[in-house]
Amino acid sequence: MQPGALSKALKSGAIWGFIVLELIFFSVAGEFLSLSDKAFMDFENMLLLLKQSAPIGIIAMGMTLVMVNGNIDLSVGATFAIAAIILLDSMTWPIFAGLGDWVIPVAWLLALMAGTLLGALNGLIVWKTGVDAFIVTLGSMLGFRGIVFMFNGENPTSHLNWTLVDFAEAEFLGLATASWFLLAVTLAVWFLMARTVHGRNAYAIGDNREAAVNAGIRVGPHMMINFAIIGFLAALSAVIFYSESGSVNPNDGQLYELWVITAVVLGGTKITGGAGNVIGTFGGVIAIQLLRKGLGHIGADTSTVNLVIGLILIAVLFLDRQLNVKGKEELKV
Amino acid sequence: MSVTQENAGDLREGIMATPTKQQIGTVLARQGILIAFAVFMIAFTLANPKFLSVDNVFSVVRSSAILGVMALGVTFVVISGNLDLSVGSMMSFSTIVVLDLHDKIGPALAIPAMFAMTLCLGAFIGFLVGYLRLNSLIVTLGMLSAIHGLTLTYSGGQNMDIADKEGTWFSVFGQGTALGIPVPILIFAVLAALLGVVLAKTAFGRKVYAVGGNGTAATFSGIRRARTVFNCYMISAACVATAGLIQASRSLGSQNTVGQGLELEVLAAVILGGASLLGGSGTIFKTVIGVLILGFIQNGLLLLGLQFYVQFVVTWVIIILAVWLDIAAKRGKLWSPIA
Repeated sequence: MQPGALSKALKSGAIWGFIVLELIFFSVAGEFLSLSDKAFMDFENMLLLLKQSAPIGIIAMGMTLVMVNGNIDLSVGATFAIAAIILLDSMTWPIFAGLGDWVIPVAWLLALMAGTLLGALNGLIVWKTGVDAFIVTLGSMLGFRGIVFMFNGENPTSHLNWTLVDFAEAEFLGLATASWFLLAVTLAVWFLMARTVHGRNAYAIGDNREAAVNAGIRVGPHMMINFAIIGFLAALSAVIFYSESGSVNPNDGQLYELWVITAVVLGGTKITGGAGNVIGTFGGVIAIQLLRKGLGHIGADTSTVNLVIGLILIAVLFLDRQLNVKGKEELKV
Repeated sequence: MSVTQENAGDLREGIMATPTKQQIGTVLARQGILIAFAVFMIAFTLANPKFLSVDNVFSVVRSSAILGVMALGVTFVVISGNLDLSVGSMMSFSTIVVLDLHDKIGPALAIPAMFAMTLCLGAFIGFLVGYLRLNSLIVTLGMLSAIHGLTLTYSGGQNMDIADKEGTWFSVFGQGTALGIPVPILIFAVLAALLGVVLAKTAFGRKVYAVGGNGTAATFSGIRRARTVFNCYMISAACVATAGLIQASRSLGSQNTVGQGLELEVLAAVILGGASLLGGSGTIFKTVIGVLILGFIQNGLLLLGLQFYVQFVVTWVIIILAVWLDIAAKRGKLWSPIA
């Protein structure tokens, strides 16, 4: 075995081990503490969990790509809200009045395009100005939120289209629409990162940008494409979620960026870039959702969820540091 | 890496030959934030003469004081090369705690107790980032969530209110005036002056810059890096506790989410003041300017009759422009060299 292989295996498997641990813990604790007779590891319950993971999960796949690339996107929550409002608002625009149910694909397309454009705008600014992605997206987080409020002030935007609701609530092979989208996005982003030149270059840029430049990789366009992808995915997440709920508040999506980043980091993606994959992120998303559901199952309130997730995030970071050989060397300085 | 003769020559030339254009650019960028501030003030005053009236200025600074006090502490953290995303949650925590203890043990004991509890949180973060050297972004992100949970557990999810709102001297920190000046402004000004001196004139301040500029070099020069970072987080926690005190005293009642989202606004103010997220640069004075710019823009746009959310968009443009011009001047080129 190569040196470091053990720690590598430990790290990549850690999130799945953690999920199993959660399942066992909540099943056992649920026997004693739960108010309902239903078992925690009920099949129905797990399917519901997958569906509930979708909004955060879909964005998290894009965040994995952006973070592997060495950037970060804090504006996803605001992009999510903009896409949601465009989806619901555009269905009531007079110019689309004659379309009937054909307004649905048009509204979807508009919302997805808006998300992609906003993401690309972030990417373009990062590329052309050289300002750190953290600052650029911190700014656009505020700016995009301002745009959200411009649509309808502080009032919620609502529009229910029953065809759309039926589509969002449909089940195929036992899985809800949102679950299918989550799985499809995971697969697509996995393929993009592991099997395409763009994905390889994204890793190279995140690992060592200077080396990537010297190897002739055009850093800027790759970063911009990744930001466009995360914008698209934030919009996709919104489009799926609000097709079902039909009403959006201007504050919706706030703090999503923090949940998403937590899931991605739990999944083993390095905050400095160059390492991580969507399978780990998928584990991170499931782990968080399990924790929320499980703590609810044993009767803990929401405050405990926040406390536990925060501490787990720090614990993961600490363990990662201990398992990381390079990190130990740095400690000596 | 060994420095060859040619390399050394290049280096020397690089230092000696400074194009004038770049010099002008540097001066503009160094003082850019002040110039922008001045332009804003003049423009808004021309648009609405009320803008620079004493009443209005007082009201702007007073409402910026909470954000400002927090930004002072975060400036230390950012200069030391770290981030603090937990200040919003922490401010909610100290507000809730001091309001709760006010009725239980009286204000005179509640205030030091709240400071002690908030400083414990700061010490925990400082230990994790300073001594264990964990990534500050993730640690404080985790603490953002954890402290929010802690606050909710403490309050049981209920809003916290002081029973006797009329008869308590506790309201002096948020609502009182001394020497004709509102107390929050006084606290902000005194803290800014104090921390400004600490950062610019003391050995500790030098160490903060050294650690943020080049941590390894600082360690080799005998600076205790871990302790310096730890102290920065303690200063930040103390500032957050002060902000929580002002907030609690101003409203005498509070929700659990009172500080939610403030962490990013605080960071925006610090960055607007020109502190680099890489650490090693920034001053208290510039942070104060950053805070005031945000406050006056908000107020100016409202006086122009615009909705509050317009300021979000304006702030977005200003943050990016400010940071962009700053680094453009440093590299001598407007556009980034990234291919």
